[in-house]
Amino acid sequence: MIHVQNLHKKFGKNIVLSGLDLHIEDGGIFAVLGPNGSGKTTLIKSILGMVVPNKGEISIGGNSIKNKWKYRQEIEYLPQIANFPGNLRVKELIRMIKDLRQRPSEEEDLISLFKLEPFLDKKLATLSGGTKQKVNIVLAFMFDTPLLILDEPTSGLDPASLISLKELLKKEKAKGKTILITSHIMQFVAEVADTIVYLLEGKIYFKGSINELMLKTQQTDLEHAIAAIATTPADA
Amino acid sequence: MPLRPLQQPQPMLKILKYSFYDLIRSRWSYVYFLFYLLLGFVLLFLNNDVSKAIITLMNIIIILVPLIGTIFGIMYFYNSKEFTELLLAQPIKRSSIFLGQYLGVAGSLTLSLVLGLGIPFVLYGLLRSDAIFNFSMLLVVGAFLTLIFTALSFNLALSNENKIKGFGYAVLLWLFLAVIYDGLFLMSLIFFEDYPLDNFSLLATLLNPIDLSRTLILLKLDISALLGYTGAVFKAFFGTNQGLIVSIGMLVLWTVLPIWRLLAKSKKKDF
Repeated sequence: MIHVQNLHKKFGKNIVLSGLDLHIEDGGIFAVLGPNGSGKTTLIKSILGMVVPNKGEISIGGNSIKNKWKYRQEIEYLPQIANFPGNLRVKELIRMIKDLRQRPSEEEDLISLFKLEPFLDKKLATLSGGTKQKVNIVLAFMFDTPLLILDEPTSGLDPASLISLKELLKKEKAKGKTILITSHIMQFVAEVADTIVYLLEGKIYFKGSINELMLKTQQTDLEHAIAAIATTPADA
Repeated sequence: MPLRPLQQPQPMLKILKYSFYDLIRSRWSYVYFLFYLLLGFVLLFLNNDVSKAIITLMNIIIILVPLIGTIFGIMYFYNSKEFTELLLAQPIKRSSIFLGQYLGVAGSLTLSLVLGLGIPFVLYGLLRSDAIFNFSMLLVVGAFLTLIFTALSFNLALSNENKIKGFGYAVLLWLFLAVIYDGLFLMSLIFFEDYPLDNFSLLATLLNPIDLSRTLILLKLDISALLGYTGAVFKAFFGTNQGLIVSIGMLVLWTVLPIWRLLAKSKKKDF
């Protein structure tokens, strides 16, 4: 599905990605993990074409994405910080994104799943952080695309919405979609992810299943395994 | 012949539409529009002389339009950061996003200007007077200045992540082209007064869109006699069709070059 080769990116003097190689297969949930500032968001934004890499190749479905934009029709993206134009109403925002994408959408089910009906006529600037995140999720799930990229989808969600989100992810995965998630909540990752991709110092430090990770780090739970991973020699 | 399905409007036009509606719903667009409306009525109905009204208007437009274009442009760009990021993740070309937003801002500002001044002038009976051409010239120049300074401010905003810096540069740019440039120009005229300066003056005027606009209107008003010998030289250049074409060409260039840079820079920027 996604093929990243020798990706380099620096912002000024700050080197974020240095020769990153990654292959994401078709189908399943991939958790992209790593300490703060390890380049998770930069990697995601490079795949989306929002960040222009200094060097390297990214291809999706065998086609290079360089200077292209049509491939984004096949991707839905949930940004890390749910910032929206504040003077728009929730309803208007949903209508606008539908108008821009011109694809069949199923936002009604999502709106009722996250109980957003009372907020549809409210302006986005007046919503709480958690409610904004729910709107963010609705926008990211309402189209039927083969690739989903979710940057910190759990941030600000209450427990009930978190359960809804997990169910939603299971449903989308069952449809055979490829889902990329970043998160710092290890419990959530342990529950939903099939494959862990661990970023460190601008490279992929580990890629494999949760069991492989535990085996490698000699730990019994994911949180400790992740904490220990950077101190475990790569060839252990 | 079979009917072809209706073509979807381009994403660029959709973004233009959203930016445009977003702006004409904002209070400041109305303030800007009402300001011109009031100005037009006051000048026409208290003055009763279309030519004089146009000169007063010109003096205001030449300074105010670039200022408002610059400030509105830079504020809109910074304030719509979230909107832009939302759009960047959608299947839309970058140039469509920025061109659409730019034309939305410049379009709504131009509309405020044209309607705000147009309505009082139409009610006054301008369409039946001879001043219609001078007045249209005023609106054309105003529209150009809006396009130019909005494009320049978008450029500054794109190149400066820091809002305070971007805002500062924008105000400096306006100050330079509206005030300081003329000061330097005059000082150089005094300093080099022993030399023939006709061509230098012509060139210096052509290179600043604000000076160029002022000259174009003044010469249309046939008051160039007031400008002395230089006025005669200017009249000989700008008064001809060729001069008019060169001037309009310069204004087009001032519009197109910043837009081109905006689109080229936006392609390489990280968000």
